Amino acid sequence: MSKILIIGQQAEGKLNSGIAKVVSAAKAIIGGEIHVVVFAADGSAAAAQAAAIDGVTKVIQIDRAENDHGLAVIIAPQIVALALTGYSHVFAAGTTFGKDLLPRVAAKLGVQQVSDIMAVHGATSFDRPIYAGNAILTVEAPASPCVVATIRLASFQAAGDAAAAAPIEKQSLDVSLPTHTRFVSLAAQKSERPELQSATRVVSGGRALASSENFSIIYSLADKLKAGVGASRAAVDSGYVPNDMQVGQTGKIIAPELYLAIGISGAIQHLAGIKDARTIVAINKDPEAPIFEVADYGLVGDLFTLVPELESKV
Amino acid sequence: MKALVSVKRVIDYNVRIQVKPDGSGVVTDGVKHSVNPFDEIAMEEAVRLKEKGKVTEIIAVTVGGAKCEETLRTALAFGADRAVHVKVDEEIQSLTAASALAAVFKKEGAEIFFLGKQAIDDDAAQTGQMVAALLDLPQATFASKVEIDGGKATVTREVDAGLETLEVDLPAIITTDLRLNEPRYLKLPDIMKAKKKPIETVSLADLGITAAASLKRVKVTNPPKRSKGVMVKTVDELVAALKAKGLI
Repeated sequence: MSKILIIGQQAEGKLNSGIAKVVSAAKAIIGGEIHVVVFAADGSAAAAQAAAIDGVTKVIQIDRAENDHGLAVIIAPQIVALALTGYSHVFAAGTTFGKDLLPRVAAKLGVQQVSDIMAVHGATSFDRPIYAGNAILTVEAPASPCVVATIRLASFQAAGDAAAAAPIEKQSLDVSLPTHTRFVSLAAQKSERPELQSATRVVSGGRALASSENFSIIYSLADKLKAGVGASRAAVDSGYVPNDMQVGQTGKIIAPELYLAIGISGAIQHLAGIKDARTIVAINKDPEAPIFEVADYGLVGDLFTLVPELESKV
Repeated sequence: MKALVSVKRVIDYNVRIQVKPDGSGVVTDGVKHSVNPFDEIAMEEAVRLKEKGKVTEIIAVTVGGAKCEETLRTALAFGADRAVHVKVDEEIQSLTAASALAAVFKKEGAEIFFLGKQAIDDDAAQTGQMVAALLDLPQATFASKVEIDGGKATVTREVDAGLETLEVDLPAIITTDLRLNEPRYLKLPDIMKAKKKPIETVSLADLGITAAASLKRVKVTNPPKRSKGVMVKTVDELVAALKAKGLI
């Protein structure tokens, strides 16, 4: 029987929206328990949200002042202690938090990590992307001592709401924590727009926008469509938009119902981030742009006239 | 202060990846290989710290087969003073590589270790964190800015929410993101000079490492192909198509 521990990533009392997708991946391993553990200074709110996800059988809440900023060096030893109490799997979301944290856990447990699971074939058999998603590797992980893996959120649908909430158990772990790493600050972009990784529609702009000011036509179209806003690496590197908007192999990997790529040529590193989008629309002045190879609908022309026209007609 | 930088030999990022028909892997024979681009950024950062007088010696390290020597030569041309080649002929995975790198870090008495945040072949993004775990040292991953002062590093990290800043005590492990710097172009004199710089070869056994149990690579397949869609001529045509599919 499997006993799966999911790291309940949270910030300011809000469980990360990806956790319901990680639960879906865990449910694909038939039979057994699925526990979510929340590390926070006060994890009550996030624990209650985790308990309401269908498939979760127990939530473990570990409150400790040091857990406040979710530092990997602080959380990892606590996960290791918990994992050793009989878990068959430890899963985290493939977010920057999960990617930072889980290899530290894997190394402490002496196991190779399975990064970015995109399909679950069984308790130890998984698919994961390699070479920016240009090849898929099927791996068989050793079952002992346990399987440690991050889940590629774009590959799984969120689990629904539970009929009845799972029990929440407060625990304290006797683990000494390092003091060599200190949180200084977080400069977060505050936005009313849908979050890039959970938005059903996303509008992204590329280098062709040519300036930070010109990006306003992307925001404006996105607002009309109630869409999240993304960008290519080129647009981020050029300073048009902040880093957290980057979509691609090394940025965010997304799977919206509708993706509009505006003035994005479509480098393979960008395509790696949008492969799972249901419908891709590309607007670009270059008819040879590689983005048109993957787009469901392509429109060749000047984005500065086409995008405002599109906004006026949707 | 000594800095260690790891460099990995990978298929060049411009190469179109081909999956072998028998599913055993991807085609590597006769394919251009380069230094993992994130590792070039790691190398560049160490060189800039040396130019600022914060670092006194840069040691490049790689774990892999005989061909990885050219990868080390590139690192030496960038500005590494010497290199360590942990020679391994069989395929190894992240935890084993991390164990070897941790052993070299300790043996060299380095105080800062730069690694790329991920290698563009396996895309696993875990070796740096594993090294930090094995050494019980701080880690600052996905770095876009690094400042060293008085036995500490202040590191800005690219995270999903924006930019996070951490302060870590040295020694520390730092993995580098794209916007940390722009690696320099190598000049011919530097490439020539690199040929004379020393490379020490060691084995896993020399470092007291045994390979960790591996993930079994069952098969490598092609991803499902997106079929080419249709080209529309006008915004009206596009809007009609999206409306017909219920997307807007």
